[in-house]
Amino acid sequence: MVMKMIKAIIRPERFEFVKKALENQGLSGMTVMPVEGRGDQKGISLQYRGGTVQVDLIPKVLIEVVISDADADRVIQAICESARTGKRGDGRIFVLPVERSIKVRTGEQES
Amino acid sequence: MTLDTGTTAWLLTSTALVMLMTPGVGFFYGGLVRRKNFISMVALSFIVFALVSIQWVLFGYSLSFGGDIGGFIGNLDFAGLSGVSMEAGDAGYPPILFVAFQGVFAAIAMAIVTSGFAERVKLSSFIIFALLWTTLVYDPLAHWAWGGGWASVFGSLDFAGGTVVHISSGFAALAVAMVIGKRSGFGQYSMEPHNIPMTLLGAALLWFGWFGFNAGSALAANGIAANAFMVTNISAAAGALAWLAASWYRGKPSSLGMVSGAVAGLVAITPAAGFVNVGASIVIGAIAGLICYGAMLFRLKRGLDESLDAWAVHGMGGLWGAFATGIFAIAAIGGYPGLIEGNLDQFIANTIGALSAMVYAFVVTLVLAVIVDKILGLRVSEDEEYVGLDISQHGERA
Repeated sequence: MVMKMIKAIIRPERFEFVKKALENQGLSGMTVMPVEGRGDQKGISLQYRGGTVQVDLIPKVLIEVVISDADADRVIQAICESARTGKRGDGRIFVLPVERSIKVRTGEQES
Repeated sequence: MTLDTGTTAWLLTSTALVMLMTPGVGFFYGGLVRRKNFISMVALSFIVFALVSIQWVLFGYSLSFGGDIGGFIGNLDFAGLSGVSMEAGDAGYPPILFVAFQGVFAAIAMAIVTSGFAERVKLSSFIIFALLWTTLVYDPLAHWAWGGGWASVFGSLDFAGGTVVHISSGFAALAVAMVIGKRSGFGQYSMEPHNIPMTLLGAALLWFGWFGFNAGSALAANGIAANAFMVTNISAAAGALAWLAASWYRGKPSSLGMVSGAVAGLVAITPAAGFVNVGASIVIGAIAGLICYGAMLFRLKRGLDESLDAWAVHGMGGLWGAFATGIFAIAAIGGYPGLIEGNLDQFIANTIGALSAMVYAFVVTLVLAVIVDKILGLRVSEDEEYVGLDISQHGERA
């Protein structure tokens, strides 16, 4: 079985929706990290009378899940739909190949 | 009269105790918002304290305690504290100390109103609003109850500010929330408190300061002060346990519920502290905890974003306290019999006093908020709200 890791960087306030969408796809295991980052717009610029202030790192949530290649498109679509607001800053999804996966308790391997 | 050192020392101490409550409100509220608005929430209370302190000595005190104009507001005889002496007056303490003591009350009232602005207010507009509110809402209400205005003549009892501070600020927060609108995303996803221990710490400062608030309002170091001190503590304790039990019944015994209940108990005993006994304070506090908990659930069910529940706890707790004062007052304690001693008139007087303060505070706040919103805009832009007020309004990160 070919495995993939999905790394999804999303808006923190959409996290609960994405989690639910992943559950609906039968995925309960995940690793979640609070992260900061910026994309094409280099953050958000705020306009003031005295000029602009650039807030260049915006808080995001990074979700990592490992799934079989066959499920990848379906899961990616679920994340996109549940994380989307339509505004700039909705995030990014990266798909990486995974060589091996080992369960710590049993030593059971998948690859 | 010569200076009474005991009374003067206690009032000096009480003033400092009550001062600590305003940052206490800031920390209480600060723990309840999301991290990106933590500094903003605490800063609002400090800003209020500084602003109202200045307004108070310039003209606020005079509007509240100056010579009566039509039972509605004081005149400007004491503007700039002219004629306010540091020599002991009739009461045995210096009038300038009374100004300081009343000033810290004015500050905390406006700080409580920040609940309705949480996580979305534009700082510059807030400063204008705060000055207008303390001048046009707080000062008249203080005059009505304590400065020789119509409510005090009429016989409505408010020992330490249940009507003036809590009903007014609670219903003002509700009006503000209705004008400024919901936080973006409210009701779509959960906005969890980012730091509950900070809120518990804020509650500790409030509970501590409240001894000055209520026992200090005896304006003397005497038995009434001691009774007020005792019933204040007992009502807070009863409120804490009542809300804790109610939240336990519905799920887990929440620490946040417990301290909210303590504040509810403190609010409800505020108008009553100089008039009721310890037995009554248990009932007042416990019922306050349940009423305010119910009010909070109602507020959530209605989808109202009065974000930090000043209305539920201070507004509704204050109303209950005003009614309870009319019910449980005992002549042997404060000289006024209430409903339990067969005096219906006291209950009616208190009800009228409380409801008129409620309507006045709500309506005038609504008008002020709409005016400031139309001219300056009460709210930050969508992007500023998204990144949070700490960065967008203060350029700082918690």
